[in-house]
Amino acid sequence: MSTHAATAQPSYLVDTGSRKGLMAWLTTTDHKRIGLLYLYAMSIFFLIAMGIGFVMRLVQLTSYQKLITAQTYNALFTVHGVIMIFLFVIPGLSAVFGNFFLPILIGAKDVSFPRLNLASWYFFMAGAILAVLSLFTGGGAPDTGWSFYAPFSLKTGTNVSLAVFAAFVLGFSSMLTGINFITTIHRLRAPGMHWFRMPLFCWAVYSTAWIQILATPIVAITLVLVILERFFGIGVFDPAKGGDPLLYQHLFWIYSHPAVYIMILPAMGAITEIIPTFAKRTIFGYKAIAFSSMAIAGVGSLVWAHHMFTSGMSGMALMLFSLLTMIVAVPSAVKVFNWVGTLYKGSIDFQPPLLFALTFIFLFCIGGLTGVMQGALAVNVHVHDTYFIVGHFHYVMFGGTGMAFFAALLYWFPKMWGRMYSKAAIYASWFPIFIGFNLLYFGMLILGLMGMPRRYYVHLPQFHTMHVVATVGSWFLVLGLLLFFGTLLYAILWGEKAEDNPWGGVTLEWSLPSPPIQENFEEIPTITHGPYEFERLEGKS
Amino acid sequence: MDWMNQAAISAQKSDAVFFYVFGLSVAFLIFITVLMIYFVIRYSKKRHPKAEQIEGHVGLEIVWTSIPLVLFLSIFYYGWTNYEYMSQAPRDAMAVKVTARQWSWSFEYPNGKQSKVLFAPLGKPMKMEVRSVDVVHGFFIPSFRLKIDAMPARTNTTWFQATKPGSYDIECTVICGVDHSLMLSKVIVVPEEEFKAWYFGGEEAPEPGKSFRTAEAHPDLQGLAPGLAVLTAKGCLACHSVDGKPKVGPTLKALYGKEEQILIAGVAKTIRVDDAYLRRFITNPMDQQVRGYPPAMPQTALTEQELNDVVRYIKTLN
Repeated sequence: MSTHAATAQPSYLVDTGSRKGLMAWLTTTDHKRIGLLYLYAMSIFFLIAMGIGFVMRLVQLTSYQKLITAQTYNALFTVHGVIMIFLFVIPGLSAVFGNFFLPILIGAKDVSFPRLNLASWYFFMAGAILAVLSLFTGGGAPDTGWSFYAPFSLKTGTNVSLAVFAAFVLGFSSMLTGINFITTIHRLRAPGMHWFRMPLFCWAVYSTAWIQILATPIVAITLVLVILERFFGIGVFDPAKGGDPLLYQHLFWIYSHPAVYIMILPAMGAITEIIPTFAKRTIFGYKAIAFSSMAIAGVGSLVWAHHMFTSGMSGMALMLFSLLTMIVAVPSAVKVFNWVGTLYKGSIDFQPPLLFALTFIFLFCIGGLTGVMQGALAVNVHVHDTYFIVGHFHYVMFGGTGMAFFAALLYWFPKMWGRMYSKAAIYASWFPIFIGFNLLYFGMLILGLMGMPRRYYVHLPQFHTMHVVATVGSWFLVLGLLLFFGTLLYAILWGEKAEDNPWGGVTLEWSLPSPPIQENFEEIPTITHGPYEFERLEGKS
Repeated sequence: MDWMNQAAISAQKSDAVFFYVFGLSVAFLIFITVLMIYFVIRYSKKRHPKAEQIEGHVGLEIVWTSIPLVLFLSIFYYGWTNYEYMSQAPRDAMAVKVTARQWSWSFEYPNGKQSKVLFAPLGKPMKMEVRSVDVVHGFFIPSFRLKIDAMPARTNTTWFQATKPGSYDIECTVICGVDHSLMLSKVIVVPEEEFKAWYFGGEEAPEPGKSFRTAEAHPDLQGLAPGLAVLTAKGCLACHSVDGKPKVGPTLKALYGKEEQILIAGVAKTIRVDDAYLRRFITNPMDQQVRGYPPAMPQTALTEQELNDVVRYIKTLN
């Protein structure tokens, strides 16, 4: 608050309305508070699902199998997947940092529809509560894996219907947020904020929002069909009634593959904000990065059936989907080159957010490259549905989106709470996270190549050594994550006051006090230049 | 290591593509990582106090778009052509019907012979016609790098030509219920003469490849009570014990005449287990679930005779 102490405007963290405390938060329409509501809820879900993952790794140390039955294990990996995917990575950076920073970055006071924004959060929470209820009611936690493949999902006596309905409700949260963000970007940019003056995070959120709007309805319809089929036996997916299980897989992946880009695009956007700030120079190839986001969103909608290479589709379909999968890898590679190019001849101020951003690039490259391996048909028939896939998507979703989430959190933390964390403790947490992560998930890649199928309660003896390695890795990883979250939690409560611009960033959020005032700007700024012009800043100072 | 074991032509085809992509990937990863670390050190604030504002370079963008594109397309092409070979069975291949069910595999050969493990002659093409009688399963032989889903009401095919005698794992790769991870079998690859001796031999011809098969769970059904033989053959004993030991499902010991709570559409009801209920439990397990156990029991097709045997046997356990 240092330089802005004189302003009359209170920070967004101060209650000024008639409601105080919790009620003020639960009825807020301030995009920044809604961003934090998402963050707090998602952090809890993340920790729960992390704990489940930890238990699953323990089960693979054979002696622990006595603690958990096969049925429970099947429920655990389903719940771990459902929580991590629907309640953490899909809302992910878009719901938290998109909500908090999108309006600020384009010079707006809020999103276009603030109340709809709050309604989206309530849809999200309602979906989350239904998902939790599905674990303890009816036939118990679903045991089908998060992909709910028919006809098993139609036949199992576990509570698939409620879990699927929860995902249906969550879809509304995603769609409404997408509509809100697209409208905001089209209608609320500050004067002079041309499309190509927007920070690249906005481009990423924009591409994501389009996928959210266009793809989510398909999964919503699919999930409704599953429920109808379970209750009324309408026979769309069940071959015993003339339905087609392949149809289910197509409909499921038409959404769930683009959903992968819903998860990763905003993460890439955040990395694109972080690197210029710490390299103290403009981004390399602004338009290449902006258009590659749109290209990923577009081509990414046409690759879904690469999840079904072993399902018995026609040879022509296999060939086309393998080809398109290779093409969608190109824009991701372009982004990586531009990020590394942005480090070239910079003046690099090495700070925790940059460390996590570079970690993102390294882990995401492994995730992307293992993805290309599976895109090749001859390799896919070997690694499909093995631990190789599990390792691959954890590299992309956790090493990619997760690390970018952490990097973004570290980057914007001083702005969001007006406090600074202990950098030493964050560096200390990085080592166990990095080592544990690679032991765990590279171990899974090797297990997959050895032929270890996914979703196995009991494994064959030849896989045991690598399972032990992976489980030990999970201990390091959990230790590092707990230290990481503990450090940030401590900083939220008792951290030092942060400066308004601790990293020397030049995008609009750094011109605001930390934490920002309600409605962000006392006066809407007029934009006269691109987002990453560091020379102007030097000229001023 | 075990996974390097290439036991079929398909494994060589798949691995060739894998090592091509793997080599490119390692080169790319090292290049990016070294460059990143070098830039962070070389252009640190201390060594390079003033940043140069380079906005981009169209030539470079074109280069680093087109080189990956060409490489990715080469990966696609190599992967696709090798896959074509792996998926198109030659005409002289022997066709084996592979049937997947919760949670076991069975194999039927052209002359009607059946087996629980797959027997294959060395160096001869074998075509797999894979289907499922219930939910989706995955037919996977890691040492052959082969996988094809077993779908209900649909036959998917793949083929292999084994190049090394031995015993190799078959695993289910699509989650199919509580005993998904126990849905295992073996391919036994033996010299052609040994295979022929079994294939053309009568009922009593000994199964080939005994030397590869260690003490496997291949129970001898001879001499068991008829009901117990059915329970063993259909895999019921994976979840139900006959000696009172707790397993996934209720034990069959002293089950007859016992009071159990069952759930009909979520509503609990107390019943006494009698002949009629036993039959309904076995033929339609999802209709009325026993409280306290996961609703996981698959429907199993039993003949009337088998059903009678099972019910009679359960009565004897009191």
